[in-house]
Amino acid sequence: MKNKIFDAIIVGAGPAGASAAYLLAKAGLEVVLIERGEAAGSKNVMGGQIYSIPTSQIIPGFEKEAPLERCVTEKRLWILTKDSKISMSYKNPEFSKPPYNAFTVLRAKFDKWFVSKAKEAGVLYIPETLVEGVIRDGEKVIGVQTGRQQGQLFANVVVAADGVNSLLAKNAGLHSEIKPENVALAVKEIIDMPSNVIEQSFQLEGNQGLTIEMVGELTKGMLGTGFIYTNKNTLSVGVGCILSDWVKFEMSPYDLIEEMKSHPAVRPLLRGGQTREYMAHLIPEGGYNAIPRLYDHGLLVIGDAGMLVNGLHQEGSNLAMTSGKFAAETIIEAKKKDDFSRKTLSLYKKKLDRSFVMKDLKKYRNTYPYLENHKVLFTLYPQIMNDAAREFVRVDGTPKKTKQWNIIKNTLAKRNLWNLIKDGFSLWRAFK
Amino acid sequence: MNLEDKLFLDRYIVDDEAHIKIIDPGLCALCDRKQCLYTCPAQCYKLEEKKVVFSYEGCLECGTCRIICDEKKNIEWNYPRGGFGISYKYG
Repeated sequence: MKNKIFDAIIVGAGPAGASAAYLLAKAGLEVVLIERGEAAGSKNVMGGQIYSIPTSQIIPGFEKEAPLERCVTEKRLWILTKDSKISMSYKNPEFSKPPYNAFTVLRAKFDKWFVSKAKEAGVLYIPETLVEGVIRDGEKVIGVQTGRQQGQLFANVVVAADGVNSLLAKNAGLHSEIKPENVALAVKEIIDMPSNVIEQSFQLEGNQGLTIEMVGELTKGMLGTGFIYTNKNTLSVGVGCILSDWVKFEMSPYDLIEEMKSHPAVRPLLRGGQTREYMAHLIPEGGYNAIPRLYDHGLLVIGDAGMLVNGLHQEGSNLAMTSGKFAAETIIEAKKKDDFSRKTLSLYKKKLDRSFVMKDLKKYRNTYPYLENHKVLFTLYPQIMNDAAREFVRVDGTPKKTKQWNIIKNTLAKRNLWNLIKDGFSLWRAFK
Repeated sequence: MNLEDKLFLDRYIVDDEAHIKIIDPGLCALCDRKQCLYTCPAQCYKLEEKKVVFSYEGCLECGTCRIICDEKKNIEWNYPRGGFGISYKYG
């Protein structure tokens, strides 16, 4: 029997892969979606938020049926020292109404739903199957070898949507091993808590939710952040730092998350909660300079597998879905031309370049190297800011003018004027 | 809450064969830093009688060990077979 040739094989049923598969099937193409987990989402971890506009570009009206946790109506940033906290927040109830902005999700539920939509659209979904590598004919990728018996599948295009470690893109020779400075290692716990308690402690109403990002002492000088996201009746609580820093600082993620949970700013919010799950995952945070080649003859790389994450803005799922959409559009074009060469598939990269995906990553291309070399932002500055706030708030009979001078003197004692100016200027350059 | 209790909460479908292997155990003895011992978020690497030993059962499949073992490159890293390994209920 002659082997069947599909239009596309998508490897990995996360948001990138499911988006590509769904849109291809909607356009009438024959698509296989392969997942190594027992169910879609069972291997997947993120903070995590999905964003309503990019998601509705794949499935319009998704918010009416998808398993969403809460609408994100508030974002808080905490700058912490060992005991104290400066909090900044933006809250707008408008975000709990259409068109919304972001929703917290739990991936095991959300990804499963997303794949059910892809199946409805006609995608052939094969779970519990590991893809071991690509099959080539000359330099052209023509299929994949799976771990099943007689497990070869053939297609005009293979899409690597297999996540941050992307063994498939590596196997296909598109990139070499990831460098420890280009990924963050994050650990997270799901802590259960009745919804009314969550609403009370985080000042939320109904389906409103919030995200808290924390910088400062809690990462011990490592480049990273802690976070709390509110779900319906659980909290996602975790901490992530650049992998090379965990190595350099000889820190253990399981110790740091415990320390974070006991910080005076965090502890009261978790009171009474029970941990239900513990997880770990890498986040590709190398940015623009670490993006591998994203297309080849018969091959596309999307989502985390292509390092498409904007870590500074906690954006990943939207880049994943948008790259999945561009991959689908490119494959539909290629099928019209019946040409799946590298040249035709380069359209995918052009679409990325023209969109927010590459524009944002390009904008921040120097930010990570900058932060790596300016750890003071995570250690000294939170201390200076907290010291200033304490002096400002404490009523102790000291005249205000003297207090102002005390703040300036304390700041200059910790960082001289020249360095302060240099830090400010380089900060602006890194983020501009 | 200690790590062991946390890992006990997680659901694993344990295969009877390890998906990750230390290639040459002798080489680990020559590694000064032994960063796998403290960076693995599930503490799958432990020191037993001065030898680094790996147990795959609690592995969260994050990829950390493969990337940080950059000095000796002594880890053969694969995903578990399809359907096996960690299976998150929440994610």
